[in-house]
Amino acid sequence: MPFSQETLDEIALSRDEYEAIVDRLGREPAPLELGLFGALWSEHCGYKHTKALLRTLPSSSERLLVAPGAENAGVVDLGDGLSVCFKIESHNHPSAVEPFEGAATGVGGIIRDIFAMGARPIALLNSLRFGQPDDARTRYLLNGVIGGISSYGNCIGIPDVGGEIFFSDSYKGNPLVNAMCVGLIEDGKIASASAKEHGDLLMLVGADTGRDGIHGASGLASRAFEEQAEMRSAVQVGNPFLEKVLIEACLEALDLPGVVGLQDCGAAGITSAAIEMAERSGMGLKLMIDEVPRREEGMTPYEVMLSESQERMLLAVTPGQEKTVFELFEKWDLDATIIGNFEFGENVRIYEQGVQITSTPVITLTDAPEYKFTGVKPEWLTKLQNADLAANPIPPGSPADILLKILASPNISSRFPVYRQYDYHVQTNTVIEPGGDAAVLRLKGSKRGIALSTDCNGRICYLDPEIGTAIAVAEACRNLSVTGATPVALTDGLNFGNPETPDVQFQLTESITGMRRAAEAFKIPIVSGNASLYNQSQGADIFPTPIIGSLGLFEDVEKNSTVGFKSKGDVIVLLGTDSTWDDIDGLAGSEYLDFIHGKVEGQPKLDIDLEIRTQAACREAITQELIASAHDVSDGGIAVAIAESAVIGEIGASINSDPGARWDAAMFGETQSRIIVSVNTKNLAALEAITTVNDVPLKVIGSVGGNTLTFGDSISLPLADVVDAWMNGFNRATSD
Amino acid sequence: MNGVLGQVAEYIWHGDEALGQYDAIIIPGGFSYGDFLRSGAIARFSPVMEAVQQFADKGGPVLGICNGFQVLCESGLLPGALMRNNHLEFRCIWTELKVENNSTMFTSKATTGATLHIPMSHGEGNYQADNATIDRLEENGQVVLRYADSAGNVTPDTNPNGSINNIAAIVNERGNVMGMMPHPEKACEKIIGGDDGNVIFSSMIESFAASIA
Repeated sequence: MPFSQETLDEIALSRDEYEAIVDRLGREPAPLELGLFGALWSEHCGYKHTKALLRTLPSSSERLLVAPGAENAGVVDLGDGLSVCFKIESHNHPSAVEPFEGAATGVGGIIRDIFAMGARPIALLNSLRFGQPDDARTRYLLNGVIGGISSYGNCIGIPDVGGEIFFSDSYKGNPLVNAMCVGLIEDGKIASASAKEHGDLLMLVGADTGRDGIHGASGLASRAFEEQAEMRSAVQVGNPFLEKVLIEACLEALDLPGVVGLQDCGAAGITSAAIEMAERSGMGLKLMIDEVPRREEGMTPYEVMLSESQERMLLAVTPGQEKTVFELFEKWDLDATIIGNFEFGENVRIYEQGVQITSTPVITLTDAPEYKFTGVKPEWLTKLQNADLAANPIPPGSPADILLKILASPNISSRFPVYRQYDYHVQTNTVIEPGGDAAVLRLKGSKRGIALSTDCNGRICYLDPEIGTAIAVAEACRNLSVTGATPVALTDGLNFGNPETPDVQFQLTESITGMRRAAEAFKIPIVSGNASLYNQSQGADIFPTPIIGSLGLFEDVEKNSTVGFKSKGDVIVLLGTDSTWDDIDGLAGSEYLDFIHGKVEGQPKLDIDLEIRTQAACREAITQELIASAHDVSDGGIAVAIAESAVIGEIGASINSDPGARWDAAMFGETQSRIIVSVNTKNLAALEAITTVNDVPLKVIGSVGGNTLTFGDSISLPLADVVDAWMNGFNRATSD
Repeated sequence: MNGVLGQVAEYIWHGDEALGQYDAIIIPGGFSYGDFLRSGAIARFSPVMEAVQQFADKGGPVLGICNGFQVLCESGLLPGALMRNNHLEFRCIWTELKVENNSTMFTSKATTGATLHIPMSHGEGNYQADNATIDRLEENGQVVLRYADSAGNVTPDTNPNGSINNIAAIVNERGNVMGMMPHPEKACEKIIGGDDGNVIFSSMIESFAASIA
């Protein structure tokens, strides 16, 4: 073999994979070709360990205009000539090395994926994971990531309307930064990512190509790493203003008759974008490497092909029509250069100075090996699931003390200090702002609206990957339902550890099974997705974290509901159960159990039929305008949900029964499928009629009013104390 | 302007040098030139800005919102400067703006002393000027809006970015050029949080309807 093991390691190709390349080519690859394989056969581009599993997910639905491909986002029809595409994508490894630019370019990357479909980006969400925030490095990563998201999203003028931040030791050293983007397409004008005819020109537009990000896909994202400092040059640097101009220019260019295809340059830069375009077109490709505009001198063809310089797009242009395209990009002060053309044949042929230097079959490059495995449940997991939850003692301190502590904790406290750094008003579509259960946007020119959320509890997925992922789907849908929106589609961002190990293989297999089961039960498709593997630090895999991004639809966006209690005298009603307080089983995987007892154990549960019925009843009641407020019960249990509705509503609440002896499980248990609503007393009967029809248990548990938070005889807290704990907890936990 | 208020509004390209026939010019918010160097520092050299200057010199109404306010200060059409928020963060929140002066063409339909519920989103909205300028602005009634609470109290607690005297909007001496940091256009419909912002635009519309009559 003419290449050293070190060379293979640098681009994260295994010996076996190298042999497969030689076998398929019928020869050794040239160094440049090896770089192309390293990029396209990387986990990020090639989905080697996840392709087979992802194929089992439901991806069809009546509403789907375009089925999801391996990379592109599926398009969902909303009616009124409007359709939406959305996708979530990770940028974990770059963010661990250089958090500001890693997060910023993560946002930039997902935005490009969306406008490459011909969709105008209308919303961003971000789902983040970090180690415990009392750690200096974690604070550095946290502040960097928030700063990067803020600076990129605000400058590019797309509202950042939702997301989540979760802290756990599991993510120390390997933060997760998953960015979701939603785009709007009018009149079904979906862009194609292929050429139309042989001879079509390949045009590169946008930023110059530099040395940033080389080995971003193959190096950073393909293995666990310890040497962070060395990898810094593999993190890309973003320019949001340039991307804003690029959005406008590209969307305008799609109206030109000569522009037949559009593709974004993301992971593995020109290599993946151009070669995937060729594959989709079923054509060969001639690439003239010298034509690529560079921002640095002396770049080799290898560097040009693998550069992950940001803010670049590829267009397929009909020959003879390029002048109109050049003029359009010149108007927008953007570079546009012809760098090749599609042709007959099956190879991608790279030319330097008029001489062909490599010729490689397109399909061999894009058809990365698929690794199949079955999972085996580890012994240690069975033990954890069977733990005796009741053996955890009631903590010292009063229920009120523990409630305030939990409200102020890093995972429960209000994220207001974070999201007020994001512009969530720009584009003037925001109906429900961050801080609720889901973001809601109106669609101009229509009565319709959409709701958006991201959800995943990694701890619960760790305890049971199958049920935990089904719970992630359920919660992502529940957050939509409590605003009044009907869930219509999902995207998934898988974040797992080393897929070459049996434990992670078990997690992956089970997780996809759970996702499939839940999506089929809800009858909604998964229209796009992303996989980030090899997330580890200090030798340990992270919690399996399959983040679900959900999209819901309003027929009439005015019929929505918000989280805060509204009026004195309103009745507080619990849907989804006939018991006010939770029981000991609810402690499984709960925030309370981890935060107060330092334990992650127990068996998570989900009754998916009950979940679906409960959500349907809630939505029906909202549409009939019976609901004053609605909030889903999740992290921190019912005590936290009630407290949040009181704080946000700026009004007290009184729960008419006592949590009892085992008050910790009662208040903080996280049993699924529960929703807290408040209603004007005159609407209670109508609400009960709806829950009866839907076979959903209901319990009246208290009333709204006053300026205290009261739970039976156990808790009577001034609302001001509750506000202080919840609103200021985050800043107190993350700074000195 | 088109959708909600039924007026004819058009975009003018930054590279154009002529303005055409308009009753008023609005320089909107955004991140012109990515805020490179300073917010608005480069945009103020756009070819179109000379025409805007002439339009303003002839008494034409010019409204600058957020980045537009920054551009107006950079180009000298308004005094003072917008500096980094005192807490150094970008901040996106709803504000209550107390109307100090309703005899401008931008606030003629508002009530002095009332508050307008309008959001802001900026990292550089901290209005600063030297003492002489501030005194002059205050004495001449050129301060149009201040950051307050919903009861109209103007206090340090109601100041979201460190602006001197809680200044949120000012006019020039002549009264035809106004800059405001909050975004009235983001409060023009109840569905997105409120429609108090309409009063700014309908005041302008009333003014130039009056000037035609």
